Amino acid sequence: MIEVQHLTKRYGPTTAVDDVSFTVEKGEVLGFLGPNGAGKTTTMRVLTGFMPPTEGKAIVAGYDIFEQPIEAKRRTGYLPETPPLYPEMTVRDYLTFVAKIKGVPKRSRTGRVGELMERTRVADVANRHCGKLSKGYRQRVGLAQALLHNPEVLILDEPTAGLDPKQIIETRQLIKELGGDHTIILSTHILPEVSQTCQRVVIINKGRVVAVDTPDNLTSRLRGSETMLVQVDAPPTDDVKRTLEIVPGVTQVAAADSRGTVISYEVNSEAGRDVRRQLAAVVVSNGWGLLELRPLRMSLEEVFLHLTTEEMPHE
Amino acid sequence: MSNVLAIAHKELKGYFASPIAYIVIGFSAILFGWFFINLLYYFDRMAMQAGAGFGGPQSVNVNESVISPLFLNVSVILLFTLPLVTMRTYSEEKRSGTIELLLTSPLTDLQIVLGKFLGGLVLYAAMLAVTVIHIGFLFAFGNPEWRPVLSGYLGVLLMGACFLSLGLFVSSLTRNQIVAGMITFAVFLMFWVVNWFATFASPTWQNILNYLSITEHLNDFTRGVLDTKHLVYYVTFIAFSLFLTVRAVDSERWRG
Repeated sequence: MIEVQHLTKRYGPTTAVDDVSFTVEKGEVLGFLGPNGAGKTTTMRVLTGFMPPTEGKAIVAGYDIFEQPIEAKRRTGYLPETPPLYPEMTVRDYLTFVAKIKGVPKRSRTGRVGELMERTRVADVANRHCGKLSKGYRQRVGLAQALLHNPEVLILDEPTAGLDPKQIIETRQLIKELGGDHTIILSTHILPEVSQTCQRVVIINKGRVVAVDTPDNLTSRLRGSETMLVQVDAPPTDDVKRTLEIVPGVTQVAAADSRGTVISYEVNSEAGRDVRRQLAAVVVSNGWGLLELRPLRMSLEEVFLHLTTEEMPHE
Repeated sequence: MSNVLAIAHKELKGYFASPIAYIVIGFSAILFGWFFINLLYYFDRMAMQAGAGFGGPQSVNVNESVISPLFLNVSVILLFTLPLVTMRTYSEEKRSGTIELLLTSPLTDLQIVLGKFLGGLVLYAAMLAVTVIHIGFLFAFGNPEWRPVLSGYLGVLLMGACFLSLGLFVSSLTRNQIVAGMITFAVFLMFWVVNWFATFASPTWQNILNYLSITEHLNDFTRGVLDTKHLVYYVTFIAFSLFLTVRAVDSERWRG
């Protein structure tokens, strides 16, 4: 549905997006993740036809965004970082205007505007001026605007920014509902949002794609080795660390935390090898108390930090 | 076409939702009225002198002494009011980010530019509509020829359209509407005074300078003369300015 090939965008000497390629399947929700200034907004602006790339191409809903921009734009809904509202227009007038320029047929315009206002929960401010709305309402009017012409492709730049927690949950729910019928790219730097709403994640840093995968795969793939946390209650005279180290498959043991006789160890083992049974057996056969044994997973936050800070030069 | 109208409609609504439309129409109505009264008093005086036969003019003509100078004076009003109309057209969209909506909608750049131009033109037409009242008085109490009045309105409309298209272009170059307004005013002024040097210049330069002046081309219209030379000038001027605006919007995209 969306195909991005070797996209590069330079502003003078700075390269905002550097050779980015990815594809999004029909009905998929793709998360676009990266620190501020990573090139998320630039990529989205290129995909929506707001600006052309320096190199590479993008195919949206079957149309090259530069060869046939009008056809591609007809099938794309876009919510920019700041919702593009006219402050002097009422919400209803604004949405009617957008429906007009997006090519919604005249007879279905009023109905469509009403439907979207219900769906994005802005019907209660229909006659208020856009300039007088709170940030949460603005964001939702922006979302309504992007959905008006029922586009196949939705591109949402930080759709939950500025919303309160209840609105965030509602918006995420709405996005989830929209996935399936619509192909969605959404950018965010809120990580739980990605694991909750997206089927796939593209992590971008300094204009380059550093990873493309499902949220689950990303968290597990990045653990080069498996790490267990083992909490043992043993007499201080016994060398627990040494005992754990000689368990087959274990590569490294480090004491993490101690409280009296209770000591926690982080046990690394070879990737793909589950050593939990052996660890438990060793601890129990030595007569120690096994208080806790659990795998340590890298959270998406850690994955993200790992990927986006790895190659940063230390200054 | 429906896209152009949608944009034009939105622009018009924008003008009337803000004080701009009222300021522009009110201000121009007051100024026009002022010019009108002055010219009328002057005309009245001349008519009396002509009637009394104290070596005054042989005969007086409403078209020549009131209507024609009145139309020529409109350029002064436009100089001050039209920058107010065009300064926000693109600048404000750029500043507030609504340009992203327009440029990512299934519209061509030309449709957007034409829509904005048309919106401004309708507001300007509303501004001119007020002056029909003044001219109406002349028809009610006098007996002017109507052809020069019509051609005068056409000329004034075309001249305003030139200013509007130029202002639109300037607005497309900056995101600051005050800057756009000031530059537009300066550029209008240049086109207004460009032929002041014509009297001192060599014949070739005289022709060039006179040709460049937006207001110079209005003269014939106000006398009831429809010369294709002037029509071509105005239409070319408008088309070229709108073309430049489309190019400016497009180049802005490339630069980001």
